[in-house]
Amino acid sequence: MRDTQRIEKSMIRRTVLTLATLTVAIGMTACSHAIMMLHGTGAKRPAASEFGLGPRSSAQGRYMAKLEPAKPLRPRQMQTVRVTVRDVEGRAIDEAQISVDGGMPQHGHGLPTRPRVTQNLGDGVYEIEGVRFNMGGWWEFKLAIAGSRGADTITFNLDL
Amino acid sequence: MTNRIFAVAALVLLGTIATVTASGRGGWTSAQLDELRSMSLAELESLPRDPTNRVADDPRAADLGRRLFFDTRLSSNGRVACSTCHQVDRGFQDGIALANGVGTTAKRTMPIAGMARSPFLFWDGRKDSLWAQALGPLESPVEHGGTRAQYAHVVVDSYAREYEQIFGALPDLSRVPRSAGPVMDREAASAWSALNSAQRDDVTRVFVNIGKTIAAYERRIEFGPSRFDKYVDAMTSGQPGPSILSDDEIAGLRLFIGRANCTQCHSGPLLTSNEFHNTGVPPRPQLSVDHGRLTGATSVLSDEFNCRSQWSDKRQRCCELEFMVTGDHTLDRAYKVPSLRNVAERAPYMDAGQFATLAEVLDHYNRAPAAATGHTELRPLRLKPVELRQLEAFLRTLSGRIIEGGAVSRTKTQ
Repeated sequence: MRDTQRIEKSMIRRTVLTLATLTVAIGMTACSHAIMMLHGTGAKRPAASEFGLGPRSSAQGRYMAKLEPAKPLRPRQMQTVRVTVRDVEGRAIDEAQISVDGGMPQHGHGLPTRPRVTQNLGDGVYEIEGVRFNMGGWWEFKLAIAGSRGADTITFNLDL
Repeated sequence: MTNRIFAVAALVLLGTIATVTASGRGGWTSAQLDELRSMSLAELESLPRDPTNRVADDPRAADLGRRLFFDTRLSSNGRVACSTCHQVDRGFQDGIALANGVGTTAKRTMPIAGMARSPFLFWDGRKDSLWAQALGPLESPVEHGGTRAQYAHVVVDSYAREYEQIFGALPDLSRVPRSAGPVMDREAASAWSALNSAQRDDVTRVFVNIGKTIAAYERRIEFGPSRFDKYVDAMTSGQPGPSILSDDEIAGLRLFIGRANCTQCHSGPLLTSNEFHNTGVPPRPQLSVDHGRLTGATSVLSDEFNCRSQWSDKRQRCCELEFMVTGDHTLDRAYKVPSLRNVAERAPYMDAGQFATLAEVLDHYNRAPAAATGHTELRPLRLKPVELRQLEAFLRTLSGRIIEGGAVSRTKTQ
């Protein structure tokens, strides 16, 4: 009885191991495209949950911000994006100084234009103009916010 | 017990394999198919309006522009027209390293198809509209070599009726000399200085309208579908046809969207980002040093005919200029990313025709040598010779007819 149990246990182990190996191998084949994209810079694409227009917390947790593009974000188009900035209690942050930066971490290049805040619309909403993403893929869209809660940065991961 | 484990294992394994293989057609994953679709001509958006040119979509302007495009009277020696370098039967380029007008230029002729979709024109992007671009060569001493007063007189003498139908009455140029303009030629320049500002404006307005009609003609010149587009259409419609592309061409396409990093710049239906990059292409030793986009970005801001100028029909903001990157070190010897459509039909390559063949271009990208000035953005690809040949085979699938205003031109392609 004990012997049979041992044999079964060892078989389960072997089967699990084989399955794991096969799954990894198949997974690698399927992801080969993604791996190919990692050339040179070594930057790794964040998890899917890290992508999107927010609301998203700033690096030091001083602000929450969300993006609202005037039109759906598409490559090679000049875009206008509204950003809403609030503190962690949800109060609108007015009179903040916001600068815009970004780029493609996997390609080592920045934004092709110099977007900037052109209007403070009130109630924590700011209009950013001159945004362009010149190709599809993973882009970082970074805001440096200097407001009543101090200076902080927030990075949105966008999939164009 | 053991049998049950194996049965479950087999099911899980089969399920995984099925998921992976079903996710693609022709061996492509769904993500790759999305990328291929984004490069297909079928995805090309309708032609954007040009608010700086109110006659951009006026067929009468396109017709007059086409006639001016071929008119050699728009030159100092009567032998050079736009079509001298932008040859219709060569896909609107000339097939030589440095363009020849009345003299020899320092640049490779750029093709015209699809250019209406680019925010900046010329290799260094020193112009921000097709009409402003068209005016540059007309006053260049090595291209058309003439003056704006000379060209305005050609319009008055030969195209008055057509011009006036589009733009209204021509100015009285009877007191304007046959040759005058803000050009290098001393005599013409001093004749220009002698004119009063109203006369200069009269001449410049006609000159600008020449550019706007040529732009109306040029903006209707587009790339037609290639074998690559047929392949993508077949793949994405789920009806892969019989061998539209060969195995080598498909292998090249895999490299193009994969390890060769081509889509980093050559993306979208025209296979260009329309941006500027330093790729370490060596300058031609006999030419004076040029800094590409670094100076081009400054030039376009002060250009006499830019979007903000009095000659532009734009009544709102000029966002391309307003949010343009200037003064950044990455712009040094950065040049415009050309469309790769019809690339095999237009050797030699690069801003001054430095590379004679596609194989030489690919070898350069594979080795990624340091830039003579500024910094190259390339990194060595380390592709094998067979892979370079496959990439070249793929690039040759991007050729198609050139379409003029909806009609196929006499372009010699496959």
